[in-house]
Amino acid sequence: MKLLRDTWLIFQRQILLVIRNPVWVVIGIVQPLYFLFLFGPLLKPALGVSTNAEAYRIFIPGLLVMLAMFGSMFVGFGLIAELRAGVIERSRVTPVSRLALMLGRSLRDVVTLFFQAALITLLAIPFGLTVQLGDLMLAFLLLGLIGLMLSALSNALALKLRSEDALAPLMNGVAQPILLLSGILLPLALAPMWLQRVADWNPFAWGVDASRALFAGDPGNSAVWKALLIIAVLAAVSLGWAARSFARSVR
Amino acid sequence: MMIETKGLRKSFRSRDGRTKKTVEAVRGVDLSVREGEIFGFLGPNGAGKTTTLRMLATLIEPDGGDATVAGVDLRRNPGEVRRRIGYVAQGGSTWDEVTAREELVLHARMYGISKAEAQRRAARALDAFQLAEYGDRKCKTYSGGQRRRVDIALGIIHEPRVVFLDEPTTGLDPQSRAHMWDEIRRLRTEGMTVFITTHYLEEADALCDRVAIIDYGEIVAEGTPDDLKRDIAGDVVTVGVNGATATAAELLDAEAYVNKLETLDEGGVRLFVDSGPTAIPQILRTLDGAGIALGAIELHRPSLDDVFLAKTGRSLRES
Repeated sequence: MKLLRDTWLIFQRQILLVIRNPVWVVIGIVQPLYFLFLFGPLLKPALGVSTNAEAYRIFIPGLLVMLAMFGSMFVGFGLIAELRAGVIERSRVTPVSRLALMLGRSLRDVVTLFFQAALITLLAIPFGLTVQLGDLMLAFLLLGLIGLMLSALSNALALKLRSEDALAPLMNGVAQPILLLSGILLPLALAPMWLQRVADWNPFAWGVDASRALFAGDPGNSAVWKALLIIAVLAAVSLGWAARSFARSVR
Repeated sequence: MMIETKGLRKSFRSRDGRTKKTVEAVRGVDLSVREGEIFGFLGPNGAGKTTTLRMLATLIEPDGGDATVAGVDLRRNPGEVRRRIGYVAQGGSTWDEVTAREELVLHARMYGISKAEAQRRAARALDAFQLAEYGDRKCKTYSGGQRRRVDIALGIIHEPRVVFLDEPTTGLDPQSRAHMWDEIRRLRTEGMTVFITTHYLEEADALCDRVAIIDYGEIVAEGTPDDLKRDIAGDVVTVGVNGATATAAELLDAEAYVNKLETLDEGGVRLFVDSGPTAIPQILRTLDGAGIALGAIELHRPSLDDVFLAKTGRSLRES
């Protein structure tokens, strides 16, 4: 099928570029590493739990969601660079599928994210993190959907704005409140009621709850299917929007 | 005809501060490009050159008019047009971290060509464009001329019937430019139709079988460079008059034998006359009678620049 073949072609090239110049993958992983080593140790006393393992079981699932968010929100910058280099235009004069131009890039972002998330998970094991493989796979599915949604949004915005100077403040302005309202750094259970009600509207807060339930070995928790559903729907809508703006501005 | 357009139009909405306005970039372009020729599209910046080119290459949608490219209706079937044309943008089109060979293979595969065949074509293209030696180095290490050759090799990897080149020699040194001309002529030898935009008139003169001049979104002239020059009947005489340009222009403009007159920035006037040899004595008499001191006087056949001047009222060099 043409769409699959074309998506694979674009994905291969994009992964090759990531391997040749992995600086962004490294930058993406440095921030969660700082949190892991410099913020994690504060949590046992702060959360009032009895062991480090317990603290990390609360913290790592949120940290992975943060990785998925921040890694994917900024992929639009790469697209702007590609627009400027003329490689997008060169693709546009070929009969290559327009949807594949976007899907190949989104797939690259999801694969990069899985690599980073696996690394963080492995590094957390010495701190006492334990998780069932099946639950971990479900958590990664959730992360993948978050990555897909945000990379599609970021690419679509990049196509609209076409300038780093416009994209950077927008992304930063959105990323900070979403991060603080998702209960990643501290569980929202500690928050006053009004803050919890606001966070109910934040899909990433649901994602963090689900991720925590999975790492706690409770895949039957209603937070899990709710978050998967909410985020899958949002990912589908974002992909649809991004595909449309690719098809339009990339006729 | 390899390319035929009728009344092709495109306008853009642009913003100038707070006021929105519509700019008619291309207003009814009629062109015909024959199979196997090098066709030059001339015009100053902002005349609608690149907009026309991008419409023909399916990158932007026309607002109105009709066009057939390589036998296919551009507006009804842009997908099929894409298969039959190549397009080389002005600004380059390669990723820094990838080699020319990798770019060629991927680009061929985006046309649906199999991997094995794409590799064969890439190897052939590297040889043909004298890039074999650098083919496996990253594109960021290439010189401007090498990079431009990679761009053109990419544009024709699928053996299109028409290739569009947007200002292929802009920014190249004279040696690379001459080299590029040879490459473009080779494309014609291989049976391709070549459509280039340029603002170098000597390039159009040396390279193109036929040219069209676009100004303010309309075609003002089309033909072979020789025909266009012949169309400006007669000769061009340039007369240097030290400091008395305005007076001289006024006097000569009143003379019956002067068809058209332009004043030159560097002082002096340029006259379009039917016959230079008979006009020169008359010019001398007119100026002498008014007591104007003469500088150098020069007679030449019209160049494409003169054609441009006659058709648009200004020199391409100054626009």
